[in-house]
Amino acid sequence: MSKEYDVAVVGGGLLGSAIAWGLGRLGKKVVVLDEGDIAKRASRANFALVWVQSKGLGMPAYTGWTMRASESWSKLAAELKDQTGLDVALQQNGGFHLTLGEDEFEQRAQLVTRMHNQVGAADYKMEMLSASEVRKMLPLIGPEVSGGSFCPLDGHVNSLRTFRAFHTGLKLFGVDYLPERPVSAIFRSGGEFRLSTPQGEIRAGKVVLSAGNANQSLAPMVGLSAPMGPTRGQIVVTERTMPFLPHPLTTIRQTDEGTVMIGDSKEDQLDDRTLNHSVSAVMADRAQRMFPHLARLNVVRTWSGIRVMPQDGFPIYDQSESAPGAFVTCCHSGVTLASNHAFEIARMVAQGALEPELVGAFSARRFDANHAATGSGYY
Amino acid sequence: MNGTPKRDNYDVVVIGAGPAGLAAAATVAEAGLSTLLLDENAGAGGQVWRAITSTPVTERDRLGADYWAGANLVEAVRSSGAEIIQRATVWSLDRNLEVGVSVGGASSFVKARRAILATGALERPFPIPGWTLPGVMTAGAAQTMLKSSGLVPDGRTVIAGQGPLLWLLAAQILRLGGRIDRILDTTERRNYFAALPHAFAFATSPYFAKGLALMREVRAKVPVVTGVSELAAAGDGQLATVTYKAGSRRETIPAELLLLHQGVVPNVNLAMAAAIEHRWDDVQLCWSPVLDHDGNTSVDGIAIAGDGAGIGGAESAIVRGRIAARAAVEALAPASAAKLAPMATYRASLAKAERGRAFLDTLFRPARQFRIPSGDTIVCRCEEVTAKDILDAVAIGATGPNQLKAYRRSGMGPCQGRLCGLTVTELMAQARGKTPQEIGYYRLRAPVKPITLAELAAVPKTESDVQAVVRG
Amino acid sequence: MFKRSDQDSRRPVHIVVDGAAVAAREGDTVSAALLASGRDVRRATAVSGAPRLPYCMMGVCFDCLVTIDGVGNRQGCLVPVAEGMQIEIQKGKREIGR
Repeated sequence: MSKEYDVAVVGGGLLGSAIAWGLGRLGKKVVVLDEGDIAKRASRANFALVWVQSKGLGMPAYTGWTMRASESWSKLAAELKDQTGLDVALQQNGGFHLTLGEDEFEQRAQLVTRMHNQVGAADYKMEMLSASEVRKMLPLIGPEVSGGSFCPLDGHVNSLRTFRAFHTGLKLFGVDYLPERPVSAIFRSGGEFRLSTPQGEIRAGKVVLSAGNANQSLAPMVGLSAPMGPTRGQIVVTERTMPFLPHPLTTIRQTDEGTVMIGDSKEDQLDDRTLNHSVSAVMADRAQRMFPHLARLNVVRTWSGIRVMPQDGFPIYDQSESAPGAFVTCCHSGVTLASNHAFEIARMVAQGALEPELVGAFSARRFDANHAATGSGYY
Repeated sequence: MNGTPKRDNYDVVVIGAGPAGLAAAATVAEAGLSTLLLDENAGAGGQVWRAITSTPVTERDRLGADYWAGANLVEAVRSSGAEIIQRATVWSLDRNLEVGVSVGGASSFVKARRAILATGALERPFPIPGWTLPGVMTAGAAQTMLKSSGLVPDGRTVIAGQGPLLWLLAAQILRLGGRIDRILDTTERRNYFAALPHAFAFATSPYFAKGLALMREVRAKVPVVTGVSELAAAGDGQLATVTYKAGSRRETIPAELLLLHQGVVPNVNLAMAAAIEHRWDDVQLCWSPVLDHDGNTSVDGIAIAGDGAGIGGAESAIVRGRIAARAAVEALAPASAAKLAPMATYRASLAKAERGRAFLDTLFRPARQFRIPSGDTIVCRCEEVTAKDILDAVAIGATGPNQLKAYRRSGMGPCQGRLCGLTVTELMAQARGKTPQEIGYYRLRAPVKPITLAELAAVPKTESDVQAVVRG
Repeated sequence: MFKRSDQDSRRPVHIVVDGAAVAAREGDTVSAALLASGRDVRRATAVSGAPRLPYCMMGVCFDCLVTIDGVGNRQGCLVPVAEGMQIEIQKGKREIGR
C-alpha cells in the first residue's frame, strides 16, 4: 500500500468514525483502520443516550464538555441528514433517572446536591421531582416510583443509525474505511507514521488512536498512555410497541423503531459472549416496576457489551510529545460526545494540536499524579 | 404433559420431541437415567410426525407408512419413565448446562448433566420477489396444516421448488382431495449429472422406490414444469400471480396459494446461542455443528442429534438420537450401557439410513438464484430489509452479518435470523468474494425465543446481581 | 385458500375473531383456525404495515403474530384454540399493556 494519508484513524467505532468523518468534512485525506465482524464493539452495544445529567462529578471540565456536545448534537444530526439522507432520530426534550423507594430517592437527591455544589461546573438544571411531578410527564409510571431526577438537556438518538450515517458519510467524503486491519505496531520515521496491519503497512502524517480499550496497548507505541478499566454491561430489548415513553430514562428508552431498551448492568466479568440472566432479571424487574405495562412485552434480544472506560471514568484526549502528530482518544459516552468528536476533536487533529482550554483537563497526565480523581464519568 | 419441570436437575435433558429427541429420550430413560424431554409443540412428533397422536387424518394410507412409523417411538418414550413437557419453549442454554425453559408463561431453570439437542430443521429460506405476500407459504406449513388439522388447499394452488418433501406433500394433498394447479420444479438440470456418481447408492436406498412412486402418483394428476430457473410472486397485498421461466418460456399464472420448498437446513439458534462451534457445510449449504462420532459438540456435555446435526432425514435422526443417548449413558451410568444395543449396531444402522443422502444433497442442491436474491427482494422478513440494502451496507464497510445488523437491523426481529441468516451469509460472501465460512453468522444469544419481560424479571437473583444494576 | 378434509371428525371449538364467531376444531392451532375460517386474517407488520399471513406454521417465522385473549404478539401457530378464545388480528405494532 503506497498511498499516503493525512491522518490514519485506528478504530472504526463511533469515536473513530466521528473523528474521521469530521476530518473528511475538513477535506483531509483520511484512512480508518478497523477490525472485522467479530470484535468488541461498544458502538453496537451502547444505550444511545445523549446524556448530561450527573456527568462530571469530580471533574467539572467534563460537565462543560458534555454540555457542549449536547448543544451541538442537533447540528451534527442536521449535517448527517443533509449529507446522507439518514434521520438519526435525535430527541432532546429532557430525560429522567427514576428511583424506586425512598432510599433510592434520597441517594439520588444527595447526588444532585453534590453536583450543584461542585465549584466550576456549568449548571445544567438537573432537579429532583416527586412521583406526582414525574407522573405528569410520564403517566404510565408504577406505584413504586418514588420520583427521580430530571434534566431538560438530556435526550437520546438512534445510535446504530448514527453509526451507519457516519460510515455512509465517510464514503461520501472519500475517506478510506479499511476493515479487517487490526493494527499491530506503529512506528514513526521520516516525519510520518507507519502502521502495521495483517494486510500491509499504512503510512500517514498523523495518527489518531480511537480503538477503545485496545488503546491501552496501542498508546505506548507512540509515547502515550491510556489507562483503561473496562466493565461489562448487559442490555435487554423488547419487541416493537406503540410509542408510550415520551422521555428517555437512564435505564429505559423507547427507540424510534418502537423497541424498548432496558439497561444496564456494570459487571467486572469481561466475556461479552456470555450472559448473566439473573442480572438481566434485575433490570427487567426494575423496568416493570417503573412501568408495569412493560411486563407483558416480549423480550426479543439481550446482549452484553464491554464498556470503553478510562480508569477514572473521564475521557482521555492526549497528544504525544515524543511522536508529534499522534493522538489518543478514548471515552465512555461515545454517543453523547459524538458531536464534539466530529467537530472539535477533528478540528484540533487537523490543526495538529489539542486546545488546552477545551480539552486540557482530559490529558492522561492526570493519571501520573497520585491524586487522580475517580468520579462520575459514567452517570 | 404440561406444567413445569418436576425437578431442578436431571441426568439428561433432551430438547425437541421429533425422531431424534424421542429416540434419545426413550433410550436414556430406559437405561434408568432421570430424563426430561422438552418440546415446543402441542404434541410429540416433531415436524415429520407432527400431530401423530391427534391428527384428524385417520385413513392411514393418506399420510403414508413413514408417518405412522413414529407412533411406536412416541409410545416408547411415554412408557420409558422420561418426564415429557409439551409446549415448553427452551430459551436459554449455556456451557454450564443450565436450561432456561418457559412453560405456560413462567420460566424455570433446570440443570442437566448432559444435554441432547434435537431441535431439528427448518425450511431453507426461499427469497424470491413477493415471498412475503399473504398467500405465499412454505410447503412444510401446508403439510403442518394437513397433518394437524386435515386442511388442504382448495383455491388455485402452485407448488414450487424441489426436494423429496415437495412430492410427498403434493401426494398427500391430492389424496385428501386438495387442489394443485401446477408444480414448478426448480431442480437444476446440471444437478442430474452431478448426482450421477451417487446414483447407485441411491438406487439401492429406501428413498429410491418411494420417491419414484410419489412422483408418478403426482404427475398423473398435476402438470409439472421442470427446469424452472426464475420465480416471482406478485399481487397487491395478496398473492395474485406466479411468474416463472423455464428454458426460454416465461409464463404468468394466476394463483391464490404458492407453496415454496427447497429443502431443509439445521435449526441452529439454540446451539449457536450455547456457543457451540459450527462450520459452513459446502454440500448442504448451511451451518452445521462440529461434532464427534457420538454427536458431542465443542461444549462439554452437549450433544446434537437429528437434522440439527446436519440434514439426514428421519431414519438417520432416530439412530443419531440413540447414539447420542448411548454416549450419555456410557458417560453417566456405564453399567447401564450394557442394557443397550452395542454402538456398532447403531453405527451400522446409521450407515444404512444415510445411504442415498449424497445423491439427494447433490440433486437437490438449490440453485444460486433462489438462494441469493438481488434488488428489492426482501431478505430479512422481520425488519423488511432487501438484498439491495444489504449490498449498500457492504459498500460502506460491513464485513459480516454482525456489522450488517448494526447498519440495517437485519436479523434483529423476533425470528432472530432464522429466515434471513443463511441468505445474508451467502449474499455477503458473494458480494465480498469470500467464502460463507469467512463471512460467518449472526452472533446469537438467549433468549432464542421471545419470553415476556415479567418472565425474565422472575428469574431468581442475588444481592450482587442487584448491586450490578442499581446505581445512584 | 384451505378447506377441511371430510375425514375430519374432531369436535368443534368456538372462538371469536375480531368480534365474529368462528368454528374451529379441537386441536387446531389459532393460525390454522384463522386460515380455515375463510376470513381476511392478514395482519400488518410493525415495520411498514405490510400485510402478512403465516408463512412457516412451525414457530419460526413470526408472521402469524396475533392478539389472543388480549395479549399481543402471540405466535398463533403454536397456540391451540380453546373454547371462547378471543382473537384480534393485529395491525402494526403491539400496544403496550396488551
